[in-house]
Amino acid sequence: MKFVKYGSLGIISIVVLAGLGIPLSPSPQGWLEFPIIPGLEDKARNLFFHVPMAWTSVLAFLVSTYFGFRYLRTKEIDYDLKSVSAAGLGLLFCILATVTGALWARFNWGSFWNWDPRQTSIFILLLIYGAYFALRSAIESEEKRASLSAVYSIIGGLTAPFFIFVMPRMMAGLHPGAKGDPSGKGPLFEAKMLAPNMRVLFYLSLIGFTLLFIWMLQMRIRTARLDYESSLEQS
Amino acid sequence: MSAFSSTVALFSKDVRSELRTRYALNALLMFVVTAVATILFALRSDVPSPTVLSGMYWVVVFFTAMSSLSRIFVSEEERGTTMTLQLVASPSTVYFGKLFFNTALTVSLTLAVTVLYTLVFSEFFIIRTASIFFVTVFLGSLGFASAATILAAIVAKANTRGTLYPVLSFPILIVLLMTVMNATARALEGEAFSEAMGDFQILVGYILAMTGGSYMLFDYVWKD
Repeated sequence: MKFVKYGSLGIISIVVLAGLGIPLSPSPQGWLEFPIIPGLEDKARNLFFHVPMAWTSVLAFLVSTYFGFRYLRTKEIDYDLKSVSAAGLGLLFCILATVTGALWARFNWGSFWNWDPRQTSIFILLLIYGAYFALRSAIESEEKRASLSAVYSIIGGLTAPFFIFVMPRMMAGLHPGAKGDPSGKGPLFEAKMLAPNMRVLFYLSLIGFTLLFIWMLQMRIRTARLDYESSLEQS
Repeated sequence: MSAFSSTVALFSKDVRSELRTRYALNALLMFVVTAVATILFALRSDVPSPTVLSGMYWVVVFFTAMSSLSRIFVSEEERGTTMTLQLVASPSTVYFGKLFFNTALTVSLTLAVTVLYTLVFSEFFIIRTASIFFVTVFLGSLGFASAATILAAIVAKANTRGTLYPVLSFPILIVLLMTVMNATARALEGEAFSEAMGDFQILVGYILAMTGGSYMLFDYVWKD
């Protein structure tokens, strides 16, 4: 698993260097200049960090729910260890995405928090993670804790489609590309506002953060297993 | 006994044991009165807008429901009757029996809030489109009960029953809350019935997702 470790570190270093270092230009020539997106300018660089973080937190939630589902099917405690490890990382990335998003919003929209549909969704994702860990800490029996928290994360997952498809329809959004964005003409990707080099860097960043998640997940699962074994020995 | 008649039997058992003590009903009514009185004190002589009123309406419903809907499973645990119920009835029977009881409780709760609101806010709380209002209240109650029942079953197995329930429910119920608040504001503003169709579609989708999901997951919660 050296590939995951060095791959994620390498790719994220490239993304940090290129994402912050490549200069902006009104008429980009070649691969070493980014176009100036009206209304975003230098703030567009957050795309390479904030969006992959949000993506990873949703991915972690799905992974956690999947392992929860496997636990319910097999009743093997190892799946619960995997599920809770993924949820912990999901909470971490969720906080990172919220903070980077709020900072970006401060400079782009003028205030840290505006209850944009995406901000509302990530707030609820944070609440679900919080409730998930509160529930886990309230149950002493291991099997019960594992199955009840798995059920809760699946129930939480059932509400996700409503946030993704329903909420943006109900309220006007400010996110780049959302309906309420005055400068946007549809999503950034469809409006071809991103230069090819930005796209490549963005997808590279998605891959880098996904690999980082996998690497951290493996470490967390290993420590969770060791913790579990030592707790068995003590009792 | 068929699945349906045993569900009805379980439902009527819960209704009868509730009517014997009237614990949940009384607590619910007092909670509603207290909450509405607090809103009245807070508003003093201000004129609340339809949006504020519909928001307050569902805030009262949410917290009252959170104080009483978990009892349905917690009381079984406290009385030590969970085992008996596991023996005599199948999990799906238990789930639907409890779901019907919680729906009935939420419907009576919303009715109580509606009556109280029309009495104390007689000048502002005017339901201009009754069809939207009653469909919203009915679907909203059903949605509340569908999510609250499975969460009540989860909470009944945890050690800290009272405090955890609203924490677990809020993120799950927030979609429902936003939609019903939206639709209730439409009813108070007197929009046409067709304007609220989008909201009703969301509500029906939510109820189906929650009931279906709970039905499939209930086994894992119910059986220790």
